[in-house]
Amino acid sequence: MAEFHRKLERNAIGFVLAVIVVSGIGGFVEIAPLFTIDETVEHDPDMRVYTPLELAGRDIYIREGCSACHSQMIRTLRDEVERYGPYSLAVESQYDHPMLWGSKRTGPDLARIGGRYSDDWHVRHLVNPRDVVPASVMPRYGWLDENRLRTSDLGRRLAAQRGVGVPYTDAMIANAEADAIAQANPDNAGTSGVYERYGRETHVRPFDGDAEVLTEMDAVVAYLQILGGLTDAAHDQQPEG
Amino acid sequence: MIAQLSVAERQLALVVLGLLALAGLAMTVAGAVNGDLIAVHGLIVLVFAAVLMFVVGQGYYAPEPSPARLAQYYDDPTKVGIVLAMIWAVIGMFVGVWVAALLAWPELTFVDQAWASFGRIRPVHTSGVIFGFGGNALIATSYHVVQRTSRARLPGQFSPWFVLLGFNLFCILAASGYLMGITQNKEYAEPEWYADIWLTIVWVAYFVLFLRTLQRRKEPHIYVANWYYIAFIVVVAVLHIVNNLALPASMGEYKSYSLFSGVQDAMVQWWYGHNAVAFFLTAGFLGMMYYYLPKRAERPIFSYRLSIISFWGITFLYMWAGSHHLHYTALPQWVQTLGMTFSVVLLVPSWASAGNALATLNGAWTKVRDDATLRFMMVAAVFYGLSTFEGSFMAIRAVNSLSHYTDWTVGHVHAGALGWVAMITFGSFYALVPWMWKQSRMYSPKLVEVHFWLALIGTVIYVFAMWNSGILQGLMWRTYGESGGLAYSFMQSVEAMHPYYIARMIGGLCFLLGAIVGFYNIIMTIRMSRQGTQPDARDVPTARADQVLVAGE
Repeated sequence: MAEFHRKLERNAIGFVLAVIVVSGIGGFVEIAPLFTIDETVEHDPDMRVYTPLELAGRDIYIREGCSACHSQMIRTLRDEVERYGPYSLAVESQYDHPMLWGSKRTGPDLARIGGRYSDDWHVRHLVNPRDVVPASVMPRYGWLDENRLRTSDLGRRLAAQRGVGVPYTDAMIANAEADAIAQANPDNAGTSGVYERYGRETHVRPFDGDAEVLTEMDAVVAYLQILGGLTDAAHDQQPEG
Repeated sequence: MIAQLSVAERQLALVVLGLLALAGLAMTVAGAVNGDLIAVHGLIVLVFAAVLMFVVGQGYYAPEPSPARLAQYYDDPTKVGIVLAMIWAVIGMFVGVWVAALLAWPELTFVDQAWASFGRIRPVHTSGVIFGFGGNALIATSYHVVQRTSRARLPGQFSPWFVLLGFNLFCILAASGYLMGITQNKEYAEPEWYADIWLTIVWVAYFVLFLRTLQRRKEPHIYVANWYYIAFIVVVAVLHIVNNLALPASMGEYKSYSLFSGVQDAMVQWWYGHNAVAFFLTAGFLGMMYYYLPKRAERPIFSYRLSIISFWGITFLYMWAGSHHLHYTALPQWVQTLGMTFSVVLLVPSWASAGNALATLNGAWTKVRDDATLRFMMVAAVFYGLSTFEGSFMAIRAVNSLSHYTDWTVGHVHAGALGWVAMITFGSFYALVPWMWKQSRMYSPKLVEVHFWLALIGTVIYVFAMWNSGILQGLMWRTYGESGGLAYSFMQSVEAMHPYYIARMIGGLCFLLGAIVGFYNIIMTIRMSRQGTQPDARDVPTARADQVLVAGE
């Protein structure tokens, strides 16, 4: 071995190639099959995509670095299932580009936070977490309530999502901006379009309490309220949980 | 320093900077049209290029440098790299202490602004220390080590600067982007698509530069330190490109979406994330250790065979280990099992490296006692052994069920980052700085001693605090009460963390103070060189010209 190596370490190009081959094996064996083995991700034809408003909320969640402290991945452990609900399935983050499973729980897991609290609770909590949870160490996010949501880029964002594999239709992309505005305003004429494109179950309401002005708060709360609600696959599979 | 560049290189620099300025201008205009934050980054690129063009312009008409320079090593980029690394260290560690304080006292935010919130400044800490401090230290030392161990000067005077300053532009784009909320949220790969493309260009230039230097070597063998630098450069390139594949919303917007989603994205991210630890924070710094530790101890490496085993072991095994970050998740179990198995086996080459380093010190223990510089490196090797043991242990599924998602992981990372990465860097810098500025010693050996103890105490406090909080947290989450329900609410576990979060901040503060002392000492050593230098006549590429062999022979 030492003799062979003495030769190898005299040849820089050969050494580089050896490093590429030796280091390449592990990743290839573990990653490539995840795209080809069918059971890797469960199939659920009813899985829906994020609405433009929810996607905007998700983008803000990413912008603020929320996943540094909140996971979205309930492990297959008894205490986690009791605390947070049915353990997470792969299909639930099928349309998550990138995934937000997280690696740290300075705060609790959010995979099934949708519907657990009222919109009003979320708004108060985000404006000042210590108003509703006195011992919280979470930062305040007051500016979400003040910033108007930028909607002009939503069509392009949906199109990019489709480019990486999320099944947004032409109609969804064309109406992205209007749908985002309508979803947070029940009086808007466009709400029927939102239901038509994203399903009757879609939440349409003034998430931040003010139907007139579309803020970043609307988007973030809309996103939080849909977490765990894009598919019932986990509940169907684990009825006890 | 511009005077050291040949006239042709000055012209090349102006052309490259001109292209960079154009790219910055295009980003500014496109961003302004869309009302997108990419415009701010365009401006930063533009200003960066303009400032450097001005610097090059100032020295443009200096006479052609003397050919005698080619008989010397080219160390200017290393010197600047050391200073840049120390600046990033102080910035990155300061932000680290700040975010640590925010977890203990969330209302302590001095400015109630979006940019100052925890979620935005935390990545400034991680990228600041990993890429700013660690990356600059790796580039600076790799230039020094590859020249000495190849007895060859770097092949040109332009590309070393392109790599060093280009890398720092990437770091600036990263840190300023986080403050504005520009992040793709991939752990330790947060910068957006255009910064990633720029880093790819810089990294290819780095690879070519390193390989060209090796090809000019006058030693038949490539020294073991360079094996690690090669692995660091090559594998990080592969990881970076695959993990950052993404589709931007448009060319005039910062926002992009990852090509991968869900479970595949999780696997790709942790394949990247864990091997960023392996090939950025381990392989590169092992390269440092394999050169500076034996040089400082004046002892040869204990075992050549151990070096070979540990190098190829690390290169092969680490790439399988990433999935241990995803135990009990929606990742298929066969991948989890592979990750765990290889993580445990990984202990063998890791301890072979640590043992090889410590055995090298045999016969030099009196030096370790008297010389804080060598002691930095010795402690680094010990922490390397400890944290790789801990890592293999935590990769076991049953242990991971407790440790994952808790502060234990944070403690483990810092045992490695403070105890190993930062300690070996400081030790190497204290050896390297007097050589670079041609002094017989650092400005103050006493301050090196002070830095050593601050760093060691800080690390120990930090790691113990996080072990306690992490294990407590994990146990509270899974404890059941008499009635058969969960015994503690999540908030009770948050409240229980408070004292440990304070202790962690104090540990981090000690470490930061040590880094500031080190920076001061380095600056004062540089100032000493103005009073006079003592060049080492042996420190030239052609010193042993009688033994010259053709590269690759």
